[in-house]
Amino acid sequence: MEAIGEYLSSLSLSGLLSRIPAGVSQGLIWALMAIGVYITFRILDIADLSVDGTFSTGGAVTAILIIAGVPPIVAVIIAFFCGLLAGIVTGLLHTRLGIPAILAGILTQYALYSINLAIMGFKANTAISADNYNLVVSGRNVTLAIFISLAFVVAIIAALYWFFGTERGMSVRATGCNPQMSKAQGININLNKVIGLAISNGLVALSGSLFAQYSGFADVNSGRGAIVIGLAAVIIGEVIGDALLGKRMNFAFRMVFIAIGGIIYYLIYTLVLWLKMDPNMMKLFTAVIVAICLAAPYLKKVRKNSFRRAGKNSAGGRKDA
Amino acid sequence: MLEVINVCKTFDPGTVNEKKALTGVSLKIEEGDFVTVIGGNGAGKSTLLNAIAGVWPVDEGTITIDGVDVTGIPDFKRAAYIGRVFQDPMTGTASALGIDENLALAERRGHSRRLVWGISSKQRAFYKERLSELNLGLEDRISSKVGVLSGGQRQAVTLLMATLQRPKILLLDEHTAALDPKTAATVLETTEKIVNRDHLTTLMITHNMHDAIVHGNRLIMMNNGNIILDIRGEDKKKLTIKDLLNEFEKASGEEFANDKAILS
Repeated sequence: MEAIGEYLSSLSLSGLLSRIPAGVSQGLIWALMAIGVYITFRILDIADLSVDGTFSTGGAVTAILIIAGVPPIVAVIIAFFCGLLAGIVTGLLHTRLGIPAILAGILTQYALYSINLAIMGFKANTAISADNYNLVVSGRNVTLAIFISLAFVVAIIAALYWFFGTERGMSVRATGCNPQMSKAQGININLNKVIGLAISNGLVALSGSLFAQYSGFADVNSGRGAIVIGLAAVIIGEVIGDALLGKRMNFAFRMVFIAIGGIIYYLIYTLVLWLKMDPNMMKLFTAVIVAICLAAPYLKKVRKNSFRRAGKNSAGGRKDA
Repeated sequence: MLEVINVCKTFDPGTVNEKKALTGVSLKIEEGDFVTVIGGNGAGKSTLLNAIAGVWPVDEGTITIDGVDVTGIPDFKRAAYIGRVFQDPMTGTASALGIDENLALAERRGHSRRLVWGISSKQRAFYKERLSELNLGLEDRISSKVGVLSGGQRQAVTLLMATLQRPKILLLDEHTAALDPKTAATVLETTEKIVNRDHLTTLMITHNMHDAIVHGNRLIMMNNGNIILDIRGEDKKKLTIKDLLNEFEKASGEEFANDKAILS
């Protein structure tokens, strides 16, 4: 009893409140990654695991470039293009060499671990202190970080809304939805898959770049489990969006809600830390939530249409007869 | 317009599942011909259409469309010449996209996909006009996702997509087989209307002998991967189902084994 009392009294509400802004700014940075995951997972219907590697790539490239004297904003753009390149590799492994998409992603991710280490001169992490460099975002100034990361999120959503409304973007959406129809309409689905994977990984690397600057260091392990966190944000966002908007949910709203999903995920993370739970347990916690959310639609369907139910109905019918 | 010369295709060669699906098929179709294709299960009807569409490369032979040798061109590039409607209504449209978006995708068939906004208001008005010709009320819900449409509505939209920009050849693979009889009749009527209006060169597979006789100006029957019967012009107009069955037995030495084709 005493221990619980002591635990509760050690939690301070003001402590939680003071952490919320940091949670929001980190959530906004992760939201960019979540939108990237959305492009592959929902639009292309591919679970792309390369993102765990590209997130770290974004950070590693950024850290090394900034240390070399490149302006941080330029480093962010270069990180984006490095992610783009990694996505193209996954795409070519899948479309040109016939490797299943999920394995192609795993291979890229695996290779990127070595590449990321090599980028950072075979050190597991590289510091980029806000004291020495004029970073784009930094955890030192959370309010500014919120505004800047929000600006990135808004700009990316606007750009994607435009792209997926163009002739090319529409054909990418069709590719993920119905490859056979796409081919019959003259769409090069292999090219489109590569385009989608490239954009997705570019965004993830962009997110990794901002995250490294926010944290003040790039870490080769920072992207571990990024795909799961991205999925969590996508799912949280979709659940909330569907509940609030229902049928009015369009493409732009969907991306906005995914960004909100990213923020909510990070606020939950903040709450878990505040409750003094071991942050290492967060991965288990996230995995369970994502598993439940991914399983829900399937279980709902099974409940409506199951052999068990048919068996029950049949047994009931016999009794009546 | 379309020339198929001695085309062969064997699936799973060298295995126990080896299937000689096309055994040296030759077929020449003139501009504006509306050819109906009938035959039993496994006769090679769909395989012939897939060979023309370029779903996979053929083992032997040549396929030319409007004088262009397309034998070495994959399906998505061949799509520039070909409009297709499939048996499964789910296959021909993208369910997560709007009716207008599906039509816009179809309108760019055979052209590059540019980085310009996909649908202009002018295009949308044009789509509305074309949709209203289907008499399904779809023009009033042009932004609806195709996924909420019925099978018949989706087939009608697919038909519109296949013909929105004039294809050199229209391939219909039992496109009414999955629909209820009333919807099937409507879709077939629409097909006839569009094909006649645009003078489309058409190949239509059907399991229904009556439809095969009533529609088109030429009828071919397939068996064991080849064409065993080719009737056109005045001969086709006088054709009856009984004639067809007799001809089939004469040509193949077998009895026609597809009750569905005879009874419906």
